[in-house]
Amino acid sequence: MAYMSEGAEGLRSIPQLLQRNVSLYGDRPAWREKEYGIWQSWNWAEGEQEIEAFALGLLNLGLARGDHVAVIGRNRPTLYWAMVAAQMCGAVPVPLYQDAVAEEMEYVLSHCGARFVIAADQEQVDKVIEIQDDLHQFEHMIYVDPRGMRKYDHRQLHEYGHIQAQGRAARDELIGELDARRGALGYDDTCVMLYTSGTTGKPKGVVLSNRNIIETAKASSEFDHLGPGEEVLAWLPMAWVGDFIFSIGQAFWTGFCVNCPESPETMLTDLREIAPSYYFAPPRVFETQLTSIMIRMEDAGALKKRMFDHFMALARRVGPKILDGAQVGALDRLHYALGAALVYGPLKNALGFSRVRVGYTAGEAIGPEIFDFYRALGINLKQLYGQTEASVFITQQPDNEVRPDTVGVPSPGVEIRIAENGEVFYRSPGVFVEYYKNAESTADTKDADGWVATGDAGFFEEGTGHLRIIDRAKDVGKMADGALFAPKYVENKLKFFPNILEVVVFGADRDRCAAFINIDLTAVGNWAERNNIAYASYQELAGHPKVLETIRGHVEEVNASVAEDPMLSGCQIHRFVVLHKELDADDGELTRTRKVRRKIIAEKFHDLVAALYDGSDSVYTETEVTYEDGRKGKIKATLTLMDAKVVPVAPPAMAAQ
Amino acid sequence: MMDGTTSIYRNDEKEGAVSDTGYITADGRQIGGTLMELRNITLKFGGVVAIKDISFDIREGEIRAIIGPNGAGKSSMLNIISGFYTPSEGALWYKGAERPPMKPYEVARMGIARTFQNIALFEGMSVLDNIMTGRLTHMKAGIARQALWWGKARDEEIANREVVEKVIDFLEIQAIRKTPVGRLPYGLKKRVELARALAAEPSMLLLDEPMAGMNVEEKEDMSRFILDVNDEFGTTIVLIEHDMGVVMDLSDRVVVMDYGKKIGDGAPDEVRANQAVIDAYLGVAH
Repeated sequence: MAYMSEGAEGLRSIPQLLQRNVSLYGDRPAWREKEYGIWQSWNWAEGEQEIEAFALGLLNLGLARGDHVAVIGRNRPTLYWAMVAAQMCGAVPVPLYQDAVAEEMEYVLSHCGARFVIAADQEQVDKVIEIQDDLHQFEHMIYVDPRGMRKYDHRQLHEYGHIQAQGRAARDELIGELDARRGALGYDDTCVMLYTSGTTGKPKGVVLSNRNIIETAKASSEFDHLGPGEEVLAWLPMAWVGDFIFSIGQAFWTGFCVNCPESPETMLTDLREIAPSYYFAPPRVFETQLTSIMIRMEDAGALKKRMFDHFMALARRVGPKILDGAQVGALDRLHYALGAALVYGPLKNALGFSRVRVGYTAGEAIGPEIFDFYRALGINLKQLYGQTEASVFITQQPDNEVRPDTVGVPSPGVEIRIAENGEVFYRSPGVFVEYYKNAESTADTKDADGWVATGDAGFFEEGTGHLRIIDRAKDVGKMADGALFAPKYVENKLKFFPNILEVVVFGADRDRCAAFINIDLTAVGNWAERNNIAYASYQELAGHPKVLETIRGHVEEVNASVAEDPMLSGCQIHRFVVLHKELDADDGELTRTRKVRRKIIAEKFHDLVAALYDGSDSVYTETEVTYEDGRKGKIKATLTLMDAKVVPVAPPAMAAQ
Repeated sequence: MMDGTTSIYRNDEKEGAVSDTGYITADGRQIGGTLMELRNITLKFGGVVAIKDISFDIREGEIRAIIGPNGAGKSSMLNIISGFYTPSEGALWYKGAERPPMKPYEVARMGIARTFQNIALFEGMSVLDNIMTGRLTHMKAGIARQALWWGKARDEEIANREVVEKVIDFLEIQAIRKTPVGRLPYGLKKRVELARALAAEPSMLLLDEPMAGMNVEEKEDMSRFILDVNDEFGTTIVLIEHDMGVVMDLSDRVVVMDYGKKIGDGAPDEVRANQAVIDAYLGVAH
């Protein structure tokens, strides 16, 4: 790896950035959390006191350099502090997905050999206790919320506040050691370890150094001109690299304020109250919000609905241009200003986007209509392309060069190379150190020169220099007749319909394509309500003949659009089935970041796949499901298999002759 | 004591005893002395005898269930405790003193709060406002000041709101704080009703069929909350419930009623093995 300059003196680790922020911005709010209905706030100086007290407490418990400290829970200042406190002690924080079931946690906790676990509440503590007999290195657990914990055996279980109190009491004794450890943190020491969700196989522990995180935070903050006045809402899983970069990396680099919601359910209310200036959400969230706006507009009065329709039509025409600073007539501008006062402003306020200066979406393709809707309102929504292994950023869209079908230009400091098979490779200061205890995978992914394989196929667009991603390289395959098979391309087109939540397309090495479809309960449920269609369960609604007809319409529309591309016309969907259950991460069908696991789905529902290809009209199936508390149950259903019209295209072989 | 009644007391009950040492439950909770004692209670409506000569006690910190078939007199018993009915005969001792006949609001001021079998919330008001009404017994400012939200009334509201917010946090209903109760599903309404009762910071909480009409998941949530209330605040809980699984899991001691009489009293396992109780529930050949 090319040698890069050492970080500025005293800014080589997160704890050192903390000290700088205390002296630069000491009395500015650094963390807020809504508790008991009121936003509580801590400035940088107060936060440092909390972190230091906890770090001293951890030393007091015997935390050693290089230990792994697992952190499990929703976004809360206490848990962010716990991660920085672990770093201060020379240990490595390992945030885990809080919705993971106990078995999933067991793998990660034993793989990293965590001696300390910091859990948010009783729910998380219970999960760890369930598996603790199999965790040989596990010693101490610390919980934040004492509710319900009184009766637990407290020999190895401690309350967060007590650890801090012990730390404060032992300050004189331990501060020397803490200062020594804090001072010894080097630029290439591990900053954090994050487990990838793993669309295939077991999760891998991605080791990111201080250099990775700080260089990336610095470059990306400069790219979007982030300053200490930004407000962000921290609500995405703490185990996800994006949250670590936004809520710790960039927040500590630029000194902005991280706001934590009251509870996951109140996120949208809290979003509105905070009105962040810098915001990140996966496409699904933007889709859900748009769906709920549309549903509410259906129920609105005639005048409001007409106003909304009129001004949204205008906004879609001129809004994105105004945002990009392109030429727009004076009359249109005036008209748009009126719309801003009457519709866009109030709507943005209701969504919590009044102050968004920079908004990002990534992780999946976003529907062009959805993307344009937000940009039409004047929200600077952009796309980025990233990976845990890159400390997030690979490419991102600069202001004024935003389009729904590309992922932008290489981020500052990132080099990109496209291999002959179309796979995208990158090299940057953010490139991870290694996969923990997995030299083989490290070698497979990262070569000696520091180039990392993304596993995605893509190309640079001529003229603009923007990267376009087609699909996962390993998912792009061939059909039986040799035609190109790109499942995600078709799935994304289908998922842009509000009625469709998730799609899995099959067709590799087969003569035709078929699909599993999940309906979106919010959208379809609302439609059912307005059309007086009664249903008792998700399963019943998903099997309703009218719903199946609607979905068939969507599939046929997509087929027509797919047929227009001669390269991919073979990917039209001949038959599909609407699934009786939602694909779920708890059942292993999705990753924790909600990406479909094709292989597992194909194996689990092999009977349905077979039925799609053997021409039967219906199929009986039993499926095992996992409830939130880890118990398992079975659901039974008879599903109707639906045929869809395809647009005939000349076979590629004939075209070649 | 009556037939079929099993004593689990460590000390013999003494007439007029204010408090004794209590007992320790299987899961290690310390149950205190007697908080309330019902002595030979009879309740008549004209010629109908709803409750006949029933005696039992409720100890500090315990979860005490009253079960029985429909029409056994369970709700009537709860209404006597809450002061809604005055017993025709017998006496009710509370915190070591005989309680004279009282109005329900006077009982509420003594630290007894309740929920209802049929939800009794203000449908048009928000969840927050509904729960605030639970603080009524703690508000002293006059109507004029309250209307103007001035001086003492304002300070009081702020202090009371804090208590209410802790209850909201405890029952995990932050997301519906501002939602009108009428728009909530049944299970959540039940939780709001519990919240309102808790807002009064009662020492004794009466729950009339808290799980009626709930699905399994809602029942599990409610059970968790009942246990947590008891555990966190040490609140004594008296509950009426039809779901036997729930009752046996939750309660420390169970009183069984049938046709207005007490046919069993004791720990869940003892009650379950009691022949009179089995007969009442499964029926006997006549």
